[in-house]
Amino acid sequence: MGSTSAENHGTEGVGRRDLIKRSAALGLISVPTMSFLSACASSGGDDSGDKAKAGKKTAKNPLAVNDTAGMEFVLFDGGFGKEYAEDAVKIYEKNFPQVKVKFSATQKIQSTLQPRFNQGTPPDLIDNSGAEQMDMGVLVGKNQLTDLTPLLDAPSYDDPDKKVRDTLRPGIVEMGQFDGEKVWILYYAYTVYGVWYSQKALDSLDEQYPETWDQMLAVCAKAKKKGMAGWTYAGKYPYYLPFSLYPMIGKVGGREVLDAIDNLEPNAWKHPAVKACFDAYYELYKKGYVLKGTPGLDHIQSQTAWAEGKALFIPNGSWVENESANVIPDGFDLAVSAPTGLDSSDKMPFGTIWASGGEPFIVPAKAKNAAGGMEQLRIMLSEASSKNFTGKVKSLTAYNGGTDGIALTPGLKSGVAALDKAGENVVNPRLQDWYVQLQKEKIGVSGLGEMMAGRLTPAEAIKKIQAFADETAKDDSIKHYKHQ
Amino acid sequence: MQHGKYRFIVGFLALPLGLYALFVIWPFIQSIYYSFTDWTGLSPEFKMVGFDNYSRMLDDDIFWKSLQHSLLFALLLPVVTIGLALFFAFMINVGGRKRKNGPVITGVRGSSFYKIVYFFPQVLSIAIVALLFAFAYNPDSGALNSLLRGIGLDHVQPLWLGDPDLALWAVMAVLVWSTVGFFVVLFSAGMASIPAEMYEAALLDGANRVTTFFRVTLPLLWDTVQSGWVYMGILALGAESFAVVQIMTTGPGGPDYSTTVMVLYVYQKAFRDGQAAYATTIGVALLVVTLAFAAVVMRLGRRERLEY
Repeated sequence: MGSTSAENHGTEGVGRRDLIKRSAALGLISVPTMSFLSACASSGGDDSGDKAKAGKKTAKNPLAVNDTAGMEFVLFDGGFGKEYAEDAVKIYEKNFPQVKVKFSATQKIQSTLQPRFNQGTPPDLIDNSGAEQMDMGVLVGKNQLTDLTPLLDAPSYDDPDKKVRDTLRPGIVEMGQFDGEKVWILYYAYTVYGVWYSQKALDSLDEQYPETWDQMLAVCAKAKKKGMAGWTYAGKYPYYLPFSLYPMIGKVGGREVLDAIDNLEPNAWKHPAVKACFDAYYELYKKGYVLKGTPGLDHIQSQTAWAEGKALFIPNGSWVENESANVIPDGFDLAVSAPTGLDSSDKMPFGTIWASGGEPFIVPAKAKNAAGGMEQLRIMLSEASSKNFTGKVKSLTAYNGGTDGIALTPGLKSGVAALDKAGENVVNPRLQDWYVQLQKEKIGVSGLGEMMAGRLTPAEAIKKIQAFADETAKDDSIKHYKHQ
Repeated sequence: MQHGKYRFIVGFLALPLGLYALFVIWPFIQSIYYSFTDWTGLSPEFKMVGFDNYSRMLDDDIFWKSLQHSLLFALLLPVVTIGLALFFAFMINVGGRKRKNGPVITGVRGSSFYKIVYFFPQVLSIAIVALLFAFAYNPDSGALNSLLRGIGLDHVQPLWLGDPDLALWAVMAVLVWSTVGFFVVLFSAGMASIPAEMYEAALLDGANRVTTFFRVTLPLLWDTVQSGWVYMGILALGAESFAVVQIMTTGPGGPDYSTTVMVLYVYQKAFRDGQAAYATTIGVALLVVTLAFAAVVMRLGRRERLEY
């Protein structure tokens, strides 16, 4: 019967099986963890010499685009689809008949483009958006982007007497700046953030949208009696909460409070306005006005629960209308409101809202045909292209106006009205594009998420968040920015 | 005869070794090299920064959390998965009662059916499994909480993936569910090659099922168990834990970093934060952990091999 084998006894020497096992083990770990990083290892650039020569500058071609040079455009294929960009590409090709634009749309911006940045051969225009967005701070810090000032100073597509920069909505140009005058990014979509609700549901409670927090609590109490939760939010991604919480902080304490937070100033979060707003939100949890189970829901699940009428309010951005189109019932009468404030002692009026650019477009510094990339953007910022976008995907664009004559959906209409009401009182907190990890994981998931799940008190949450902000301010591996 | 032997071996091994060096060893060396730079991953420029990334890593709370979770994955998952798989495989192959006119050694009734059922999760991609369970864990309308409500436990409605105390266990349970079948089949194959006479002898000596398992099955299966152990540990440190954590948990990385693991952190640093050099540093740490794990299992598991 059994006998012991001699081959594997000694301490020296490796048995055949062990060798196979060990090499298999090595191979297994090496492949996933290491090679994939080195796969995009840099191989230097050969960017000199093959840039497209400038074309002839004319009234119709103010950016002096070379009318024979190719142009490559990579679009993020997300909630807005790709049709709007394809339409704009057709116009480019019509204006420069000798050019065939190389257009592609992908959800995997980073995995497609990171190697090309490393090799110094990026495309000419990129919609750097979505879950695989490349870190803008790093791109700017490493001089990988083209300054878009020539585009902003060029005459607009529709009116030669107007510069492109004068046709844009408030905040768009500033958002594209990081430090100093140069503009690195052009945000094409224009997002309205705030509290989203069904006007019909609110009417059924005989209520108006509440302007003070006492009214908010009263509305929630009334809803609760009817078996409806007051609020829900993307519990798994609690960084949706700031869409209504940050403008509320701005409204209660003034713009400076938000600026101090963005600038990572010491004790910025310890401002009384922050505490007051955190307390207000925490009260929603304490009084049981948040839909049960919310902390375990992702954005789609929470939006679905809200669309089904399980909750009245949800903090979100204007993409929610397109994203939830298939679950929002007919007659829902989607509406958005600027966040509720505390009371009449707030520093800014009711209507103060967070609105800012979305869909960031960039022209890489090493692009072969940077002028072409900018010209494509100039075409997209024309009134006709902007209308085309708004009509197709129910979102505003950076182009100021361009909503006349198209049938606006309820949410969009309400967003435009909210912007009108806000007037000058549009705030634009920058944490989410300046410090992604701080905003999403640390403040969002570990701070606000924990607080709204009832596992931290507001005071504890503020302490924790302030510590996170201090940590980020100290971290030299992150580029720091300040409001100008 | 002897003098040609080495040339012969070298001739055969040169090509595979060359490929191995190029595609496995070289990336290793490259990654280790990058861990001493400040490469962002988004531009071809970088400079050497010495041990900066390593000292930063030692000060990084999230790194330590992810290390802790990865170690938990590597230690606990193999124990549970392999333990369960051994039990199931034993019941399927050996654990049955003797039936009239049947063979002496047999599995429990319906064992071939169970084998398929156990193996079934293996045919699903881990991404699909993770998605399915993410729905099941949905606290509002998920299967688990609906089941709890259904049996009258209305007040027990855990948040599952939204609860920092539960999330890690919830994720681990999914990995156990999806991998146990593979080991059941692996161990079944191992058990099938154990001669039936050994069991018969044990039975004649009056051994019960438990004794048979520990005295006959496990020792004869030891090599397979050990390989499975290393394999599962590496899986738990690498690809599979990444997939479930990335897909299922919040953030991702869980509420308050409760489920973050090393591979996920490598990915986030490299592809979200534009800190590829720091990511390779964590990758090197992961490599060390994995090698240490394999070495420990190999050493602890060393014992005489039985031949039959």
